[in-house]
Amino acid sequence: MAGHTEEHDAVTGRTTTGHEWDGIKELNTPLPRWWLNVFYATIIWSIGYFIAYPAWPGVSSYTRGVLGYSSRADVAVEVEALKARRAAQAADLATVELAAIKADPKLLSLAIAQGKAAFGDNCAPCHGIGATGSKGYPNLNDDEWLWGGTLEDIHTTLKHGIRSSNDADTRISAMPAFGRDGILKRDEIRMVANHVRALSGQPTEAGYNRAAGEKLFADNCASCHGEKGLGNRDLGAPNLADAISLYGNRLEDIVETVTNSRAGVMPAWAGRLDPVTVKSLAVYVHSLGGGQ
Amino acid sequence: MSTLAPPRSMSAGEIVGMVLAAAFALLWIFIASKATDPGYVFHAWVFAAAGIATVFALGRRAVANAPAAPPQEIDGRPNYNMGPVRFATIAALLWGVAGFLVGFIIAAQLAWPILNLDLPWVQFGRLRPLHTSAVIFAFGGNVLIATALYVVQRTSRARLAGELAPWFVVLGYNLFIVIAGTGYLLGITQGREYAEPEWYADLWLTIVWVAFLLVFLGTLWKRKEPHIYVANWFYLAFILTIAVLHLGNNAAVPVSIFSPKSYSLWSGVQDAMFQWWYGHNAVGFFLTAGFLGIMYYFVPKRAERPVYSYRLSIIHFWALIFLYIWAGPHHLHYTALPDWAQTLGMTFSIMLWMPSWGGMINGLMTLSGAWDKLRTDPVLRMMVVSVAFYGMSTFEGPMMSIKAVNSLSHYTEWTVGHVHSGALGWVGFVSFGAIYCLVPWLWNKKGLYSLKLVNWHFWIATLGIVLYISAMWVAGIMEGLMWRAYNSLGFLEYSFIETVEAKYPFFVIRALGGLLFVVGALIMAYNVYMTIRAGEAAEPAPAAAPAAIAAE
Repeated sequence: MAGHTEEHDAVTGRTTTGHEWDGIKELNTPLPRWWLNVFYATIIWSIGYFIAYPAWPGVSSYTRGVLGYSSRADVAVEVEALKARRAAQAADLATVELAAIKADPKLLSLAIAQGKAAFGDNCAPCHGIGATGSKGYPNLNDDEWLWGGTLEDIHTTLKHGIRSSNDADTRISAMPAFGRDGILKRDEIRMVANHVRALSGQPTEAGYNRAAGEKLFADNCASCHGEKGLGNRDLGAPNLADAISLYGNRLEDIVETVTNSRAGVMPAWAGRLDPVTVKSLAVYVHSLGGGQ
Repeated sequence: MSTLAPPRSMSAGEIVGMVLAAAFALLWIFIASKATDPGYVFHAWVFAAAGIATVFALGRRAVANAPAAPPQEIDGRPNYNMGPVRFATIAALLWGVAGFLVGFIIAAQLAWPILNLDLPWVQFGRLRPLHTSAVIFAFGGNVLIATALYVVQRTSRARLAGELAPWFVVLGYNLFIVIAGTGYLLGITQGREYAEPEWYADLWLTIVWVAFLLVFLGTLWKRKEPHIYVANWFYLAFILTIAVLHLGNNAAVPVSIFSPKSYSLWSGVQDAMFQWWYGHNAVGFFLTAGFLGIMYYFVPKRAERPVYSYRLSIIHFWALIFLYIWAGPHHLHYTALPDWAQTLGMTFSIMLWMPSWGGMINGLMTLSGAWDKLRTDPVLRMMVVSVAFYGMSTFEGPMMSIKAVNSLSHYTEWTVGHVHSGALGWVGFVSFGAIYCLVPWLWNKKGLYSLKLVNWHFWIATLGIVLYISAMWVAGIMEGLMWRAYNSLGFLEYSFIETVEAKYPFFVIRALGGLLFVVGALIMAYNVYMTIRAGEAAEPAPAAAPAAIAAE
């Protein structure tokens, strides 16, 4: 400690405070004026804000502020404004028939806008942002439909879902688990799987016997999928004669499907989304390219 | 043992320490025998092993005849206790590299989710708290402990209070880090951001932290200087407030002593408020006040210039610690938190702007008369740039706390960018500067192994930070605007997933920036290693140099 001697600092022209710690000294510089002024300004601004807005808590309430601001009221106003903005257009959407929406360009563009927004946050997680689907989740752009591709069909599927546990009118189909339930033997399943590949014109394994496959298919599958495997939309039975397969059309995919069956689930959207939004979704999906 | 002298009798501290450590080990062996959660059992064994190791270490200390109480002074000079400081410095380096690396990994996971590898232990959700805790508490915490224990000795001209206590602090703190970090990987968390460790780790940290406070206060008490240096005010504010925050936010009831799970004492919006009162002040007192303590010692020391303004240091210190503690509600704008609390959080954040800048002014203006040194001394340059980043973040913070700005920035990558300009730029760089100063002093070397490597570290890391924060600014503002975009018919323009998709290129740039920061840290680790191993020994210590005491 060099005692309590204030020194003159040649660079800044200031004196030091006279203290020293491990060789570190401090200059006796006054507070920068601009710093102090800005600090005061922020304090004054804050006091103004306290007066204008809810700010200080009391025992059972708080100072409300002269502007009467409340973030809840603010949200309510904004939501109401948005609702009002949509209401006029939505009123038509709510009353008009699905087919009529399709026919009216103004209503159609409105429904598609609403449907697209709803699709992004509700449907895209499974069907993909472009509705292209993936394994287990149908592509909605093509004209292959499990339960029908008309506006009404799509609307029904949306409202009630598929195998949705909380909707009595949900679409239900149940393909037997031919292997797990012991209906067919392993080699029979392989044979029928080869036949399914043959239906859509794909190569089959050596050892596939067309007559045997045909018989197995006729006995076990044709009642739902039809003799030629063209499917039945009333039953939700997919067309097996095209190249599109929800769970893949490699031999092992088909063997797995026949052995254990599949049962994908789509939620029923009536009740989750308001009726107008569901309608708009139907129009939007129908407009993607595969609508019939 | 090489010594022939009979073992000295054990000191009271050693005996008490051994008994406590043995009891601690037995307690955890008992818990391990009853607990069912595998992660908790593992932790019980870690604690038990630490207790047993302590018993042996204390016994060995007595048997080896290490002096129970080294002299406070040698030849009229303070006999500084630098062993724990050296330990914490090395720990900081190792944790730092590990923490930055995990940060890079999770940045890459966000860009390429497949890197989650479908393994629970390396999911983003577990690695993210591992990253934040590793960089804040393991790296930052060890830097703070090392520098606090160094600075308080040097500026008080007194040896650390206690002989075993400083070692308990550094070893105990790093044991906490091990428990916390392995806990995240094993899925043990109370799910509170920056306060994820469960009740038993929190209790352990409380004990360690109180010991830290006592060592620090005891050393100040013994000081030979009439006044307490400003750096020590900041360190003391940091230690004291972190203790209060830690106790407040971690108030919880364990399900059982045999279970790692606990339930918070607070509920609903009060719980959220406690969490962000804690979370914001972890930034304020851990990452700001503590590191300002570092700045106040290392910048004037390295620049060899007096601190710019004593008055400014007093005013901005008290204004900072008074105002910071109220600013937490700005993390809960537009939530269930009452409007009046949001107002207070926002206004106090804005009033905090100038008190924060007081530190920047004092840091930068201390350079007057020494600006030329920035050309030749990359260590000083690193610290000056850190102060500049500090100024930038502490302007950005109050700005983002304004509700109108927050409605755009909140929940977006902008927040991540803001945090990292403070974390990488301010905390990281001022820590690197301090470590580069400390290592030659602690190991009695003339200087660093290579200033050229420091230069490389500086430029690579700076480029990394710039890439990081600019990518996050763009991604954040873009994302915020996409969320609120309506089309002409009054419907949302973008779905959430589209906003995620749009961020991909910025995630890649961010990961690249993070990688550069890791590379810089590796260069530093190598430089430090070579300095300790091969650096040229310093001249015999002049009056001010630390005296080496073999404490390891």
